[in-house]
Amino acid sequence: MKSKKLKKPLTIEQKINRRTFISFGTFTVLSGAAYAGWSWLKNSPKETPTVTAGAKAPLRRALNKTELAFRRVFNNNNLVKTYPKERAAKVVRYNSRIGLHDKPDVPNWRLQVNKPSGEVMSITLDEIRSLPKTELVFDFKCVEGWDQISYWGGVKFSDFISHFKLDDQAKLDYVGMATPDKKYYVGIDMPSAMHPQTLLAYEMNGKPLIPKHGQPLRLIIPVKYGIKNLKCIGSMVFSNRRPPDYWAEQGYDYYSGL
Amino acid sequence: MKAIKEKYSLAMRWCHWVNFPILTIMIWSGMLIYWASDTYSITLFGHTYLKFFPNWFYSALNIPQRLSEGMAFHFLFMWFFAINGVVYVLYTLVSGEWRELAPKRNSFKEAWQVLLHDLHIRKIAPPQKKYNAAQRIAYTAIIIMGFGSLITGLAIYKPVQFNNLTWLCGGYHAARIEHFVLTIGYVLFFIIHVVQVIIAGWQNFQSVITGFEVVDNSPKRIIKPAVSDEK
Repeated sequence: MKSKKLKKPLTIEQKINRRTFISFGTFTVLSGAAYAGWSWLKNSPKETPTVTAGAKAPLRRALNKTELAFRRVFNNNNLVKTYPKERAAKVVRYNSRIGLHDKPDVPNWRLQVNKPSGEVMSITLDEIRSLPKTELVFDFKCVEGWDQISYWGGVKFSDFISHFKLDDQAKLDYVGMATPDKKYYVGIDMPSAMHPQTLLAYEMNGKPLIPKHGQPLRLIIPVKYGIKNLKCIGSMVFSNRRPPDYWAEQGYDYYSGL
Repeated sequence: MKAIKEKYSLAMRWCHWVNFPILTIMIWSGMLIYWASDTYSITLFGHTYLKFFPNWFYSALNIPQRLSEGMAFHFLFMWFFAINGVVYVLYTLVSGEWRELAPKRNSFKEAWQVLLHDLHIRKIAPPQKKYNAAQRIAYTAIIIMGFGSLITGLAIYKPVQFNNLTWLCGGYHAARIEHFVLTIGYVLFFIIHVVQVIIAGWQNFQSVITGFEVVDNSPKRIIKPAVSDEK
């Protein structure tokens, strides 16, 4: 069968109408699809609580994927900017007392290091203080958006690891730390923990830590937001699985790297 | 006689309309983040003229207490914002369309004349091609601002890994302010842009969807024979 009419070239009017129809049709369909995608995301359920919780499931997947991308640019040679001591704040900002409700029992304080073998090391503050001291004056950054130059002194985490012969443990993917009451806890990927500016700090502004800043020993990790800088470390674990993390359970990124 | 005059390429239209919702989401999620440390205001000689942002504004947009959610959205849509921006710039460079967009030497002088014309102070506007001088400056500036947002954003997102960028921005603290100011810039751009689009009328607006404008070229025939570009 042959079509009877020969196809006539479109008139200019037809061309205009045709292109307008196709363009607006496509525009409407794509806008609808975009809106549907947005509604899906907005109404997506919260993730099933595991080591992370509180975020919408697709957003948590995105955070974890983004972490992988930015882990690739992480490098121990990338250092946080340091400042002269005079620039450090005299009154250091204090944001939260989660995990600090009990006054620390400083004389009897021990750092409990749980090895995967089940062995538990108990380390005194004097042992830690006897290691080479590293000082750091840097711009502390809070996840809320504020920053403050502060001055810390302590032992490099990497020095701590080699001194206490924890090198095998440091080959695992994560280190977890918790307050003595276990109410605040953080999980840190090992490359960040072994960064040369990560400190187990016992001094602030040249003086021993005061209770609200984590007496007697706290974590200072400039490659992470403040939420990971655990105050008053009571125990430490090493693992290939992500240790529990207080703020990752509240919808924040587990990595929270800077 | 009516004729189709090609105006906007498909790539330009695509990037424009994809950017619109993405930038909206970035600004919204940015506000969820900013709320957690909302320290900026316009203060001159001890008098605060504008606080970013007033409480009524936060409650009207349901902003408070959503920092973690804001970060999760922001750090997902940043990828799309960056990709779309890079695609647009590459396309504009490769296609040569940048020639119609980049300001020329006389654009800054002409833009002033365009402004006076638009404000009905000056009767005639300077002659133009696709974009007038003010548009050239505005549309080039908004692209530079977009890349400014990426750079200042990376400077506050990974200030240790990208410490060179943070340094370039004048430090972490400054980078956050710049990131915020750029966003205010987008909002101001958006307001002026929409007003101009409304004033320019439907024919102009639809061309950013269809890609063409309908022109009536019949009067020209009286002067010289029309050269038909239709096949």
